[in-house]
Amino acid sequence: MHIPDGYLSPSTCATLYAGAVAGWYGAFRRLKRTLLSRVVPLISVFAAFAFVVMMFNLPLPGGTTGHAIGVTIAAIVLGPAGAILAISIALAIQALFFGDGGITTLGANCFNMAIVGSLVAYASYRLIAAGASVASRRRIAAAAIAGYLAVNASAVVAAIEFGIQPLLFRDAGGTPLYAPYSMRVALPAMMIGHLTFAGLAEAVISAGLVAYLQVADPALLQATSGSRPGWEESSEAVRVTAKGQRRLWLAVGLLMLLTPLGVLAAGKAWGEWSPAEFVVAEAQSPVTAAGVPVGTVPAGMQRLANLWTAPFPAYAPTFMKSAAFGYFLSAMFGVGLLLSLSLLVQGYLARRRGTRYST
Amino acid sequence: MKRGNFIESSVAGFVRALGRVLMSEEIANRRGLLQALDPRVRLMGLFALVLAVVLAHRLTVVLTLFLAAVMLALCSSVSILLLAKRVWLVVLVFTGMIALPAIFLTPGTRVAAFAGGALPITAQGLSAAALLIARVETAVTFTTLLVLCTSWTHVLKALRWFCIPPEAITMLAMTHRYAFLLIDTASQMFESRRSRTVGHLPRAALRRMTARTAGVLLSKSIALSDEVYLAMQSRGFRGEVHILSEFHMKAWDYVGLLAFLGAGGIAVWAGR
Repeated sequence: MHIPDGYLSPSTCATLYAGAVAGWYGAFRRLKRTLLSRVVPLISVFAAFAFVVMMFNLPLPGGTTGHAIGVTIAAIVLGPAGAILAISIALAIQALFFGDGGITTLGANCFNMAIVGSLVAYASYRLIAAGASVASRRRIAAAAIAGYLAVNASAVVAAIEFGIQPLLFRDAGGTPLYAPYSMRVALPAMMIGHLTFAGLAEAVISAGLVAYLQVADPALLQATSGSRPGWEESSEAVRVTAKGQRRLWLAVGLLMLLTPLGVLAAGKAWGEWSPAEFVVAEAQSPVTAAGVPVGTVPAGMQRLANLWTAPFPAYAPTFMKSAAFGYFLSAMFGVGLLLSLSLLVQGYLARRRGTRYST
Repeated sequence: MKRGNFIESSVAGFVRALGRVLMSEEIANRRGLLQALDPRVRLMGLFALVLAVVLAHRLTVVLTLFLAAVMLALCSSVSILLLAKRVWLVVLVFTGMIALPAIFLTPGTRVAAFAGGALPITAQGLSAAALLIARVETAVTFTTLLVLCTSWTHVLKALRWFCIPPEAITMLAMTHRYAFLLIDTASQMFESRRSRTVGHLPRAALRRMTARTAGVLLSKSIALSDEVYLAMQSRGFRGEVHILSEFHMKAWDYVGLLAFLGAGGIAVWAGR
């Protein structure tokens, strides 16, 4: 699945580099919340581990051998952000040092395997293993399925990248300039190998590693077990997050105080007319060009307009005399409502987590 | 592959990887055209040529760039036999396998046919296959020349000049260093297992054994990262990375850079 230089057009490479950079930035930001000096050696050594695991020849049913990527075990032990960086670094070393995968296609390879692979592996593992204890056999099955899905999801994305090349990049004579196969050929050609061998190799190594860790080092499975905060959510991270939350609340409070500024705005936003406002000539002018007769309200609009009556229409409760204070009160009410809902959801989740700890 | 031979093939793969590293370091220390240039010029110049290869739409231009790559290799004390075995043959087999069906599957002007006309060969298919193989061969040759003629520490140092975050470069450097330590560890684990194995193990047992070996390697990796972290702390590392850089551009380096960029620009223009 390591795409060499020359298979993808420069614009495809640039787009996928942009996607990969966004993924790296997000992962890096998430990891920076934890102690950077702890993250650097952990990611580096895990990338080295993934690099070595990619060299393991794994005997598969049917008499053949295959290689794993190591993306699933990285996502299970490090979480998605750590896995994205570790696998990307392993891929960069392979491209820069061993010529395995191209330089112009490094973004594409990282996007396919490190980003898509990590996210699919993590999401499917968490979904299947939800609620299971660290020692549960369900986690082994979850790792196997996650590995199989991750590799095949990466392969699908790579096949799509190949498949769009002849559609978009041909010369005047109709010769494909990059990967020459259409989606109809690229997708099955890519998937046959991954659905049978590569996906199986990742499934076997991921399940085997989780089974081994359950016995030998269960602490490594805690981070993404959902039962206890992992290393990504260490005390440092919580402290930094709390600081960020304080700033957020200050900003929300400031914005609430500034809400009366809204009454200074004149006119009506385009397309937000009520049926009464719709018949006004000013509101009609932009739509008369489309053939709507002046002074008429569309029947559908009229029918749906009375379906729901807001308690605070136009951010002005009917009992308020001052429009500015009405705006402020509406802001208080909106924020209070959202806060209550958020607290309710948090309370529910905390209760569920508490129940899981006690079992 | 014969049953049970996978331990040997894994060990052979590890030894091959270590051998490649030693050979790269040896070639990087030879006297040659590329080795004489500043590593930043090598990195930027060869990347520009790879980009030109990808951007060129004409087979003749890509083949000219391939000839330029061969000339560069000869002037940089890189054996043509080594390139042929390590790059050209491997790429030809892999990309050739991928490109071959395009000769028949690409719609266009029919130039020949097999199986009583059921398998038509088109001019567009031939062009597409030839362009793909030539492009991949040339791009991989340039990348291999960069890897062979530049020591890894210089590549990393040069990357620092291209706005790559220092944390990322530190991780690349550490990964490279520990990858070879772990390759050595894995190789020893497989060797010791091989020395204790009599006869053939069933494939299911071999799979379990491989997973367990990977598991032990993972535990060792995590323990290693803890040790590295403590070592970094003891040296006062707080997350800021400072890299010493003693690269100095000379007149020769500017000439080299201009030549690389000029060749790349001409290739892109001619290959439109």
